[in-house]
Amino acid sequence: MRGGIVVGLTWLVVCQLVGEVLVRLTDAPVPGPVVGMVVLLLALEVRRRRGHDTDRDPAVRAADGLLRHLQLLFVPAGVGVVAYLGAIRDDAVPIVVAIAGSWALGLVVVGWTTRLLERSEGRA
Amino acid sequence: MSDLADSPVLLVALTLATYRLGCWIRDASGGHALAQPVLVAIVLTGAGVRLLDVDIATYARGTEVISFWLGAATVALAVPLHRQAARLKGFVVPLVVAIPVGAATSIVSVVLLARWTGAGEELVRTLSPKAATTPVSIALSETVGGIPSLTSVFAIAVGILGAVAGPAVLTLARITDRRSRGLAMGAVSHGVGASRALAEDETEGAFAGLAMGLTALATSLLLPLLLAVLL
Repeated sequence: MRGGIVVGLTWLVVCQLVGEVLVRLTDAPVPGPVVGMVVLLLALEVRRRRGHDTDRDPAVRAADGLLRHLQLLFVPAGVGVVAYLGAIRDDAVPIVVAIAGSWALGLVVVGWTTRLLERSEGRA
Repeated sequence: MSDLADSPVLLVALTLATYRLGCWIRDASGGHALAQPVLVAIVLTGAGVRLLDVDIATYARGTEVISFWLGAATVALAVPLHRQAARLKGFVVPLVVAIPVGAATSIVSVVLLARWTGAGEELVRTLSPKAATTPVSIALSETVGGIPSLTSVFAIAVGILGAVAGPAVLTLARITDRRSRGLAMGAVSHGVGASRALAEDETEGAFAGLAMGLTALATSLLLPLLLAVLL
């Protein structure tokens, strides 16, 4: 798999497309790009088993470039939030309490659950 | 001149320039938690859009060239995961248990907290899928009777919360294992959380991406059931 940035981006978009097709065929409740992520992961694992240095694959280099600026890609959606600030002012208290509380609880529960299970699995 | 304000060129340039400024502020502040480029860019671009009197739908259309790549970037999260594949061994049980537990915690707690603080049923339903990654949360909001566009606002909000405060809260809760930290970030703050996790450490980023995908799946399956019980 040789080539530059365009080849790499093509691989990523094609994986996404495969993901979208699979989601539509199976009616799975996951987004196409997430399935595309699994597709690319499997493809890379297969290539590694065949003895390729996957770090030199164009898809890997394009992915590294894209992920370095992952935050940029969320900016358009975030600007939409600004437009809604006025509309949600009346319900600000329940929204802020519920979002912040639920977020913190979820974060800590997942962190502690994995830590606990990982220890018990390590001991077994 | 007024047509220039509505043109994609100006809107994309504004978005890129404020993001770049955000990166510069992050570096200049030595990586301060509040100096997330995404936050700086949203605030400044939001202000710019308001100042130029650009309609938000026009802005969204104009910057589609940027948001389009979000899908490919999600696919790209396979790469850190591929590099960390060896670290998945011995972590399958924690993963399979923690993700549904986390998704259920997010749903139940947001519903109960919102009701206790006086939210109406439509708002509760709108808030309920917020932990799932934005496109999934929008679709779920529609199926459970929420307001999809507002749900996407809440999903972005928990994402930014994770990018800003996630690592600090995890450290406070004494969660130090890179895999646990990443998993927790992706489970509650999806892609935006993963972007911060990735900046912290490659293992964290890889597990955050994985958690994001699995949480989307778990939330889709659990949400209708839990709402039927809770509401």
